[in-house]
Amino acid sequence: MSQLTPPVHEIEDLTLLEEVAARTAGVSRLEMCIQCGTCGGSCPSADDMDHTPRQLFAMLRAGMREESLKSNTPWICVSCYHCVVRCPQNVHITDVMYTIKGMAVSSSMYESGTASEFSQTFVDMIENYGRSFEFGLATRHYLKHFPLRLPGMASMGIGLLTKQRMAIKPTRIKNMKQLTDILDRAKELGATHE
Amino acid sequence: MSEYIFYPGCSLESSAKSYHDSLNIVCEKVGITLNEIDDWNCCGATEYFGINLTPAYALITRNLALAAEKANGTNTVVAPCSACYLNLAKADYYMREQPKLGTQVNLALEAGGLSYKPGSLEIRHLLDVLIYDIGLDTIKSNVVRPLTGLRVAPYLGCMVPRPDYEKRWSDHEHPVELDLLLEALGAEVIDFPLKTHCCGGHMPHIGPETAYEMLHRLLTSADEHKADIMATVCPMCQMNVDAYQGETNQYFGTNHKMPIVFFTQLIGLAFGATPKELGFGSELVSAKKALAKIGTAPPKTKKTRKSKKKAGLPMPQPLPTGIRINEEEVIR
Repeated sequence: MSQLTPPVHEIEDLTLLEEVAARTAGVSRLEMCIQCGTCGGSCPSADDMDHTPRQLFAMLRAGMREESLKSNTPWICVSCYHCVVRCPQNVHITDVMYTIKGMAVSSSMYESGTASEFSQTFVDMIENYGRSFEFGLATRHYLKHFPLRLPGMASMGIGLLTKQRMAIKPTRIKNMKQLTDILDRAKELGATHE
Repeated sequence: MSEYIFYPGCSLESSAKSYHDSLNIVCEKVGITLNEIDDWNCCGATEYFGINLTPAYALITRNLALAAEKANGTNTVVAPCSACYLNLAKADYYMREQPKLGTQVNLALEAGGLSYKPGSLEIRHLLDVLIYDIGLDTIKSNVVRPLTGLRVAPYLGCMVPRPDYEKRWSDHEHPVELDLLLEALGAEVIDFPLKTHCCGGHMPHIGPETAYEMLHRLLTSADEHKADIMATVCPMCQMNVDAYQGETNQYFGTNHKMPIVFFTQLIGLAFGATPKELGFGSELVSAKKALAKIGTAPPKTKKTRKSKKKAGLPMPQPLPTGIRINEEEVIR
């Protein structure tokens, strides 16, 4: 059964499918997939995916590590959980997608940076302030990845600012040290098992 | 008085201030006291899980640990934001399902002098509490300005009804809770087929075309059902439908003008609060026209007996004043 990031010698013995299951939070039930395709049929963004979730799971089973981690599928997943509630085998599909993202980032397999950098920028804000900081996130992300969209978005941005829906300064939690200590320890714990 | 531990989440401090303001008004009216978790942090939204798993769960659980410390007679945490609600519920559930995750997260929390025993708190969404703890009768009894004639599309989005670890909702795809609540306010609730469809989540920032497509589906359906306004329970849904409606219109050459507000704003309105104190006006697609509809809604009239004359032969009715018939057209 799955367990959280087992020690490296154990990971080496695992098939790709088992490794993904083992790295997923909760009991993923990934090995229970019967390739019925309900997931892809329920997915609102499947059209834009390189592979439907079903195809991706078949690739994992076949041990196609590089193709799986290079697929844009987990990055196009919108975390809507439609597939999860419809899956006849109760596979935690959305969480498996998070795992594949994490594996793709740590192995630098996924090339298109927009999605992973958005996540990383968001996480940077949290690690600095303890809260999300939409203005900082939006400006940093859009300037880099969508500069051409900015003129069209100006009125929206101004609207959000004048209606005071976006703070220009971030809010920092009081006990940032505590949060940093917790996150640092969590990273060490995750890393010792890599 | 019902007391709850409150986790507002980042959006309610900034982009969804109107949600915060309006829920405070509504909660006070129905006798809910919210005790905010001191020094809570971000839940990580949908972004941290894909970067680093253990810190993502430790981040969420710090909030649960702080909340459990605060638990004083109540162990229910109320979250008004869908993503926050799901993340808190998810961490609590997975740490029970997979004790090793709980152990690892607690080892991390130890570095900050905290700990959390999975399962010691109950995590619920605000809508759930309003429907199942407070009840529709109490809500109805507070209505002083029914939303008569306002056609509302109930929009839940994804993360409240799904994955629903604790089976709190009537259905995963077509739950009725929000419909019933809005009906209790006197609104005309449309049978919105896309009520739990996705608003695009974070896609406006990473693959805008994917997001536009989803927003287009939602807006088209709401328009087809002649909704005046959409009512949501989620800050991300509000933001996407509201702020990216312009870009979606541009992309598809459409002209949707669908306002979207928080369900608590509509409850507050029915409870007699002013639009201003409920944060109306902060939406980018203006809700003015929809609000005017309630202001001008005709009061309910008693059914009068049909006049006997109408049962007779059909007679030509006098034309309303100001309308003239072009006689030539009539002859043709």
